[in-house]
This record gives sequence, structure tokens and C-alpha cells, in this order.
Amino acid sequence: MIFTQSKAPVLEAMEQHLQNRVVPFDVPGHKGGRGTKELTDFLGKSCLKADVNSMKPLDNLCHPVSVIKDAQDLAAEAFGAENAFFIVNGTTGSVQAMIMAACKAGEKIIMPRNVHRSAINALVVNGAVPVYVNPGTNKKLGIPLGMSVENVKKAIEENPDAKAVLINNPTYYGVCSDLRGIVKLAHEHGMLALVDEAHGTHFYFGEDMPVPGMAAGADMAAVSMHKTGGSLTQSSLLLCGKSMNAGYVRQIINLTQTTSGSYLLISSLDIARKNLALNGREIFRKTVQYAEYAREEINKLGGYYAFGKELCDGESFYDFDPTKLSIHTRDIGLAGIEVYDILRDEYNIQIEFGDIGNVLAIISAGDRALEIERLISAFSEIKRLYSKDKAGMFDHEYIDPQVIMPPQSAFYGEKKSVPITESSGYICGEFVMCYPPGIPILAPGEKITDDIISYILYAKEKGCMMTGTQDINIEYINVVI
Amino acid sequence: MELWYTENHTDNVKFSIRVDKHLRSAESEYQRIDVFESEEFGRILTLDGYLMVTEKDEYIYHEMITHIPMAVNPDIKNVLVIGAGDGGTVRELTRYNHVENIDMVEIDEMVVEICREYLPQTASRLSDPRVHIFYQDGLRFVRGKENEYDLIIVDSTDPFGVGEGLFTKEFYGNCYKALKEDGILVNQHESTFYTSYANSMKRAHSRIKSPFPLALFYQAHFPTYPSGHCLFGFASKKFDPRADLKADWWNSLGIKTRYYNTILHTGCFAIPNNVRDQLRESGEHK
Repeated sequence: MIFTQSKAPVLEAMEQHLQNRVVPFDVPGHKGGRGTKELTDFLGKSCLKADVNSMKPLDNLCHPVSVIKDAQDLAAEAFGAENAFFIVNGTTGSVQAMIMAACKAGEKIIMPRNVHRSAINALVVNGAVPVYVNPGTNKKLGIPLGMSVENVKKAIEENPDAKAVLINNPTYYGVCSDLRGIVKLAHEHGMLALVDEAHGTHFYFGEDMPVPGMAAGADMAAVSMHKTGGSLTQSSLLLCGKSMNAGYVRQIINLTQTTSGSYLLISSLDIARKNLALNGREIFRKTVQYAEYAREEINKLGGYYAFGKELCDGESFYDFDPTKLSIHTRDIGLAGIEVYDILRDEYNIQIEFGDIGNVLAIISAGDRALEIERLISAFSEIKRLYSKDKAGMFDHEYIDPQVIMPPQSAFYGEKKSVPITESSGYICGEFVMCYPPGIPILAPGEKITDDIISYILYAKEKGCMMTGTQDINIEYINVVI
Repeated sequence: MELWYTENHTDNVKFSIRVDKHLRSAESEYQRIDVFESEEFGRILTLDGYLMVTEKDEYIYHEMITHIPMAVNPDIKNVLVIGAGDGGTVRELTRYNHVENIDMVEIDEMVVEICREYLPQTASRLSDPRVHIFYQDGLRFVRGKENEYDLIIVDSTDPFGVGEGLFTKEFYGNCYKALKEDGILVNQHESTFYTSYANSMKRAHSRIKSPFPLALFYQAHFPTYPSGHCLFGFASKKFDPRADLKADWWNSLGIKTRYYNTILHTGCFAIPNNVRDQLRESGEHK
């Protein structure tokens, strides 16, 4: 194969395979959609035909030696990594493989508490122990930020035996830490630097973006191609630097990843990578243009605060992702989740999430000016029709947790179920979070406090989608006894 | 040689006009623009293949979208027209000497340029000194206005293309804000005959109803509109277009029209049962 970014090896092999009109006596049993008319009518014939099983000409995701290997090598080149792995279990799969490849049971990993649940889930599964670094918070916005180098340094010095440092790049709201500084610090102390780039695919291709993990010298990065990279939902990449043993990482991935990797997802990664490599710069130039325009117009409306680079402070708000449209809504007297609900119910506009004080709209090259105008106009109307006094509103998203025991011991420990309202003082045995964004309010092993309970009740009352507990209604919570 | 322009009114219904010449075809930033010359309908403007204007029947649409509101409030002085790149709506408005200002907001400058060149019948009055053309998104323009206009006319394409934003609740809400306390909003409202149009009409109606205390429909018939039956929306903060018709005043102006008259004015608000039934589903038509 001629090794260039304009190739898409998996796509080309699949096209060849379909042209060969191979008679399928293997799975999937829908046989190119012939056996499932309703499904084929809905998803389209070409989609069902492309839903094939791994076979020699199409390689095997668990042990890639031909076209998937080539596609992964091209992805590695495009992202400036030593190795790249296609992940079909979502970026949850990438984050978990990354953590499990870096530390074993009982070993410590330094991370900010505002990680995605997938990171703490990995600790429940493999028994590693978190050392949380307090992410700075912005008082006005009430949101958790990135980690300051100073705080990471303190955590490293207090835990010299830790194996790795995990960094969000960026956070859900678009906030970045000083990635280069933290990676350097970790390496100086013999620790691996792992980067959760679930929201940072575009950093690798856009201009004037915050530095991406691989360029900053990180050892691994979990990159959510499906979020802003254009591949199908649930497809993701795990990138590795030179320091990682690629064979070992592959073994770790195979501990939990499916052996029936979907070729819809795999080919979408291949095609999206090609598109990003060839057109990414232009795509994200347009995206930033839209986002900057929307930020400017929304700030003109008054009452809202669509924040941006002006908040950068060289520490916990080191850099900002210009494609994120994060808007603080509390000053018009509405919780973010309320604005989120009004946008959907009254204006047919679906945004990414709303929490206590903020909403986030994802802007991409798939948007058109007219949709951006609709969004801005809807914000203008919501302010005109729904704004009220902000007295009595919750003013923060982040409560510093008290970790009493490791997540795994708490999750698998002896537990009992108590009403949430009566759970203060207990150690939590499960997760509680709003989804999205999926950042735990409580993780297994943390002490439940009155402050946390009132936050949970407030979020429920405002209409946040709560998840995590065994009790589907989130009225009872499992606590460690 | 046979050359036909065809518009699909639904997946199963086609409407065709024999074309003599294809005068112009252009691709703007927003859409494809074509002008045809035909024996039966004269010149025809299409956007993305959808028929917008023909020389033969455009007067029906343009008279009905302007004279209905103009005959209800003699004090209309400041008018905002959104869309309407062909100039027909503006042409009708310029016939009123007491109108002081007409702001026209059209997103696509190329439509106006091409109409000026090929459709002088509709575009000729765009050069009237009272007319100010803004080439920008209607939604964006109206968002910045408060308590300014006596009348807003939304002369847009269908709710699936460039004009999509003009059929939304946020747009109607912004129009409400941009209108004075006795302001009127008139818009093209599709037809109910074919299901796909009926659904978008119902959606648009339920959206427009929420900000305005009075939201009514009136109708007109012309051959090139899908199903031949076109509905307009009349949303108002104060005036009832039936009770508040100033017939004597309007007739005294001596404006010569080919379709509109003050007797038809009252009649066009009488809506057939099938439309009333559909509107009831989206709320009530009083």
C-alpha cells in the first residue's frame, strides 16, 4: 500500500469485498439486510450491507495484521502518535484501557475529581486507587476547571509512588490545564501522563487550538473521534506514545472490548481520519468562526455569559477550546437544565447538556449559519419570556469530595440501601451523577454530606437526568456498612 | 424539441410548464437560481428547483400578502419585508404614498440581482427611495429590533430550505418584539391539501399563535401554487382584519388591483371546513 492520508484501507477493502458479491454463510444473520426488511428500510441498504463480520480480507480488530493495521497506522501518523488503536466500545473503552494499561490493583493514579465516570469505573474494575487533585473552580460560573501545575506537583510529592497522572483535555466546558507542564512534571517523577481527550479530537487538526496530548508528549490519549471528529457514535481512538508497549496495550484493550467489532464503526473511524487529515484545518476554522460569532451575539443579548479565552489565567484555566459554546445562564434566573429543556420543548433545538448554571452547545462544521441564527434567536426569546430573579439558585457545580476508601472496595463492599435524604454521613457505595455530563457527584468510597444531598435534590428538582444508582428512581442510595 | 420545467408537488404529483428558453442558471452561496421563459406563464423564477414566481400569476400572491394588512390599518408607515427577493411585495407596498419606510431583508443578494435583470415586472420598484435592502439573515435582522415596525411581511420560500428559520417559534417571537403595540405580522403559510405541506402549516400555526393574541388565516387561489390553494397567516397584536377593515378609506386611495378588492377581503377569511378541521388539531381558528 502507498502510505498516504488520502487512503482509507478499511473502506477500500470493504468496497472490494462488496463488489466481490461474496455469498455470506457467516454472521451477521441479517445477511446484508435481506432478512430484516423493516430495519433495512430504516437504516438503508448500503448500511446493512456494510455490517459485516471480520474475515481475512477485512482483518480482525482484536489482532490487526492487514487493513485495520494499516488504517491504525495512518491514524497514528495523522495524530502524531506512535501507535493508534481503533476502539468500538466508546471513549469509555479508550479511557478504561488507558488506565488499566497504566496501573494495576492497589496502585495510585493522580486525577482531577471532575473526570468522566468511565475513569472511576476503570478503578472499580481494576482496583487502582485515585488521588484526587482539586480542580480550581471559577466562582462566578460555579464550574470546575483544570488542574493547576502547582496542585499536581503537590499531589505528586505527597504520592511519589503513584504510577500515572490523568488529565482532562479539555473539560466538558472546554477548559484546559497546562498540559505540557503537567506531562513534564509527571515524567520527571517517573509517572505516565494519560490524557482524556473525549472532547479534544479537533485539537489535533485545527489551528490555534490548545495543545493536544501527543504533541505535549503524553504517553496515552483517549480521543473521542465520534464527538467532534465525524465518525459514528461509539467509535473512538486510543493513542500511544513511544514509551508504551503497544502489544501490551492491545492485550489490555482485548480484556474488555468486543470480539465482534462493528465494521460500520471501524470504517467510520478510517473515513473520518482521512477527512480530518485532508480537510480538518478548514473544517475547524469554520467551526471556530461559528462558535465565536455565536459567543459574540449571545453576549450582546445580555444576561447570558458565553465565556471564552478571556478567562484564561495561566493556571487552572490555562487554555480554552474555542469550538465550545458554553453559556452561563444563572443571571437570567434559570438553571442551565431549564434552558436546555425550554430549547428542546419550545424551540425544537437540542443542545448537548444543561446543568445547574450552564448549558453547552456543540458547534461543528455540520452546522449552517441558519441553525446558528436559530439558536441565538431562541436564547433571545428565552430571556425575554422566561427570565426571572436569580435569588435562591444554586451557585456551584462542584463539591470537593472526601474520599474514605478506594472505589473498588466501596463498590464491592457490604452495603445497604437508605433513602438519599437520610444518607448523610455514610460512605457511598455507588455513583450518582447527572447525565450528561456524566461527571460523578458522588463516586463509590466518598462520604455523603448534607451539601451533596441538597445538590442532588436540587438537580433532580430542576429536571437533570440523574443516573448511577441501583434505584432507578434515585430515591435510595447504597451505602457501605 | 420539447423542454419542460417540472416541480414535484409531492412524491406522486408533478406540475410541469413547457419552457421556451432557459434564460439564466446560477449557484449562489445559498441556493440554485434559475429563470425560464415560457409561453403560458411568461418568465419563471425558481430557487433550488422550486417555483417562486411566474409573471402570469404573481399578482395574486403579491396583492394578497400586502393589501390585506394595508387595508386594516391606515397608519402603517414603517414596514419590514423579509425574503421577497423578487421585489413583488415591495412593488405593491410602494403604491401607498403614506408608507414612509420599507426595510427589505433578503439573505441572497444574487436573487435580487437576477430579478432586477430578468424580472423587471416584480423588481422594478426596488429602486424606490423608501426601500432599503439588507442582505442578511432575516432571523438575525429582526432579533435586533424592538417596537419599530407597524407591519412585518414574511414572504419566504418553503420551510425546508433557506427560509427554514422563518417558520420557527423563535422567529415569530422576535417579530412580536420588533412590532409596535398595534403591529401586524403577515406570512405565507403553505397549504393543507397535501400532507407534507399540511404538517408544516400546522406546526407554523401553533408556533405563531403563542406570542400573538390574534392569529387568523386567509386564502387565495392561483394555479402555480401546489394544490392551487395558498394560505396566509395574519397575526396581530390589536387589529382584527375582518372587523377593522377600512373599506371606504382603501377604495378612496384608487389603487388598481387585479385580484384584491374589499369585498374579497372579508370573504378570504372564510376558510373551508377541511382547513378548519386541520387547524383545530393545532389549536383553534376563531
